[in-house]
Amino acid sequence: MSDLLTVDNLTVRIDTSRGPITPVRDVSLRIPRGKMLGLVGESGSGKSVTAMTITRLLPRRNVHVTGGRIEFDGRDLTNLSDRSLRAVRGKEIATIFQEPMTALNPVLTIADQVTEPLRVHLGLSRRQAADRAAELLDMVGIRDTARVLRDYPHQLSGGMRQRVMIAMAMSCEPKLLIADEPTTALDVTTQLQILELVMDLQQKHGTSVLLITHDLGVVAQTCDEVTVMHNGQVQETAPVEQIFEAPQADYTKRLLSFLPSNRERSRTARPAEGPALLEVSDLVKVFPGRRRRGRRTEPVAAVDGVSFSVAPGRTLAIVGESGSGKSTTGRALLRLHEPTSGSVSFDGVDLMALPAEELRAMRARMQIVFQDTYASLDPRWTIERTLAEPLRLHTDLDAAGIRERLAEVMELVGLEAGHLERFPHEFSGGQRQRIGIARALLLNPSLVVCDEPVSALDVSVQAQVLELLKDLQDRLGLAYVFISHDLSVVRLIADEVLVMSRGKVVEHGTVDEVFAAPKHPYTKALLAAVPSPDPRARLDRAQRRELVEAGTKEAVA
Amino acid sequence: MNLVLRRVAAMVPALIGVVVCIFVLTRVLPGDPARTLAGDQADPSVVAKIRTDMGLDQPLHLQLVRYFTDLLHGNLGFAWHTGHSVASDFASRLPATVELALVALLIALLAGIPLGVISATRRDRPVDHAGRVFSLLGASMPLFWLGLMVIVVFYNKLGWAPAPLGRVAEGINPPTGITGLYLVDSLLTGDFVAFRSALSHIIWPALCLATGSTAIIARMTRSAMLEVIGQDYVRTAVSKGLKPSVVTLKHALRNAAPVIVTISGLQFGQLMGGAVITETVFTWPGIGSYVVQSVLATDYAPVQAFTLVAAVVYLAANLVVDLVNARLDPRIADA
Repeated sequence: MSDLLTVDNLTVRIDTSRGPITPVRDVSLRIPRGKMLGLVGESGSGKSVTAMTITRLLPRRNVHVTGGRIEFDGRDLTNLSDRSLRAVRGKEIATIFQEPMTALNPVLTIADQVTEPLRVHLGLSRRQAADRAAELLDMVGIRDTARVLRDYPHQLSGGMRQRVMIAMAMSCEPKLLIADEPTTALDVTTQLQILELVMDLQQKHGTSVLLITHDLGVVAQTCDEVTVMHNGQVQETAPVEQIFEAPQADYTKRLLSFLPSNRERSRTARPAEGPALLEVSDLVKVFPGRRRRGRRTEPVAAVDGVSFSVAPGRTLAIVGESGSGKSTTGRALLRLHEPTSGSVSFDGVDLMALPAEELRAMRARMQIVFQDTYASLDPRWTIERTLAEPLRLHTDLDAAGIRERLAEVMELVGLEAGHLERFPHEFSGGQRQRIGIARALLLNPSLVVCDEPVSALDVSVQAQVLELLKDLQDRLGLAYVFISHDLSVVRLIADEVLVMSRGKVVEHGTVDEVFAAPKHPYTKALLAAVPSPDPRARLDRAQRRELVEAGTKEAVA
Repeated sequence: MNLVLRRVAAMVPALIGVVVCIFVLTRVLPGDPARTLAGDQADPSVVAKIRTDMGLDQPLHLQLVRYFTDLLHGNLGFAWHTGHSVASDFASRLPATVELALVALLIALLAGIPLGVISATRRDRPVDHAGRVFSLLGASMPLFWLGLMVIVVFYNKLGWAPAPLGRVAEGINPPTGITGLYLVDSLLTGDFVAFRSALSHIIWPALCLATGSTAIIARMTRSAMLEVIGQDYVRTAVSKGLKPSVVTLKHALRNAAPVIVTISGLQFGQLMGGAVITETVFTWPGIGSYVVQSVLATDYAPVQAFTLVAAVVYLAANLVVDLVNARLDPRIADA
């Protein structure tokens, strides 16, 4: 049987304010009927542009197909009229997007949105469409369908919204499903469930799937074939086992080498020695309830009795999913969020008892690095101005001294002194994270809280930043509190691991203990849910699903 | 319901503040009402007598207390220059102004929203440029000049507009007062002659008054729509195979609506203020022209009452905006 979709030598031009760019050049790919193709690449590789071009979802004003054909089920989509293309969209080719948070219309009910394609393409009546919508939600594993249909998107969790998106996409039983990073914004356990769902539906309905992702683990667990893209061009297309076991293109090999699971720890975890630098005991942070439909909800204990200690020069990782309280813990121990109760002692000083003035002075020694450095840098200030500020506040260096220190720190994090005059938007994501680290290091801290420092970065950049953090720890004797949802990264950098769920610590141990012999079912679930970049490890899918279900149930209880 | 009560309660301190400000402002304005009333040649003892009668010889704080007590009794004071109580003057003139402002708002919404939507969906095309030029002109044209031009062109030269004197043509009986809004009343009583006359009289000043608001509503609609059109959920709507009109009107405009409602509420306040100029130009018998006469006559009470009414209208308009927005966006009710 012929392929369902064939893209031949596709070239796309985008007109930007800085002149035209061609993010997709001569790209060819094919999806056989009923199969799943993974389109893999780092940010800027052109994978999303390629996928969005298939049904013309990019703004017509400035995006133009300048060459190539997109043949779908015997038709060339590139010269289809708008009207004919509308009959394809949602009916024959459906799309699900990365951000379930923003992909659903906030002012329309779920019922409104799920019934739309049914009414437009299948001509169902309002009543029929509503019944069918309930069936669809049931099919994607939503239990309380009547209530969910009446809800608005903001009343649902991220995982639920993505299920709704999938239900909507599958509503007209499309021949092709385009999934653009469908699980990137979700927790690992939710990711596993969503991917399972997509695969089940694919098998049941014989749908072809184009899965766009940057996560090689996800590809290994789901796809039949893989196309690797880099810089707008296809590097390699091969069956999934071959990509992982015998990659041909240099770029594929490089990409695989960056996988945390393919990298060894550069040193073994070390036990703590000497007195602790940071001691947290029984930390509690309660947020007051929010108003919901006029009524106040119960107060939320985001952090509920968390205790741990960190020795100088060591790394403690706090692991958990969204809402586990890991970030709040990081902020509460620095008193960025004032804790509700508990004690934090830093270098023998009780932080809770410290008056504001002395706390400010102490802050010089405890710094924080955020996930989104772009949001934490003032876009109108040069890097020099941003970085010089803490030096002016906390030290009595003169202008020359400040310049000297800035140059020193920039070199330390692998940037150049010349970069100081630039603005935040002139840097890449990895460089900005280096700037965030530089800012944290300026005042010679002994403790740095790293809140998801590499989560927003591509794997290649992620590897470099992790190396930098390790290197700095060795040279400067820093202690890290490393907050992350990504277990494979934690395995590379932590000495000790703390697993959190719903504000509580469920497991605490050395990195070897936690990874080799997890005790708590939730930890087991987290470990099982991480998509393994080994296509042959797919066989134990059922077992994996069981572990995750058991663990998440435990965590909720 | 809860939301309504909370918002109404929040209006009370704002109103008290407004009353105090009005009181202080009118007392520091130049001009002595007692002297104006008595006339230039009056004997100083007569002026003093009038001053005592009006309570102007009392200390300021006592005058303020008296002002508050009067307000609570519904007594807005006495308009010396018309010889009626301010309350009765308002009762006869306020509906004219409200009708003018409402018709102007209606025109501004009916013209401004489609203009903004069309501009946004055809961004950087000729229609969009034309719309933006109109917005700029509309927002920068002085109201009094526009009014005079309309009278010169449409009444004097073309003869399309009736004489700019009053709310209906001479010789036509105004409809029986039910709401005080002639358009509504004439329809309620089935008096179509009066309706036509009222419509032909209100449409010209209303068009002038609406010009500035139309321009602003069009601009805000355009920018709100442009922002919404770039959102992920609009792309989702397109990916479902919906028609462009459904994507624009159902998915995009619904999300831009809160911005449009908010700006319209603010514009309604502006329209009440703009009525002062329009009413004077078109000799429209509303409270705008009334307050101009009062200022010229240094008559405190009507000016104070007008400012108070304007503030109440403004607060009420914003209350309506909040309530409408809570209906439009389910996230507001839950926040």
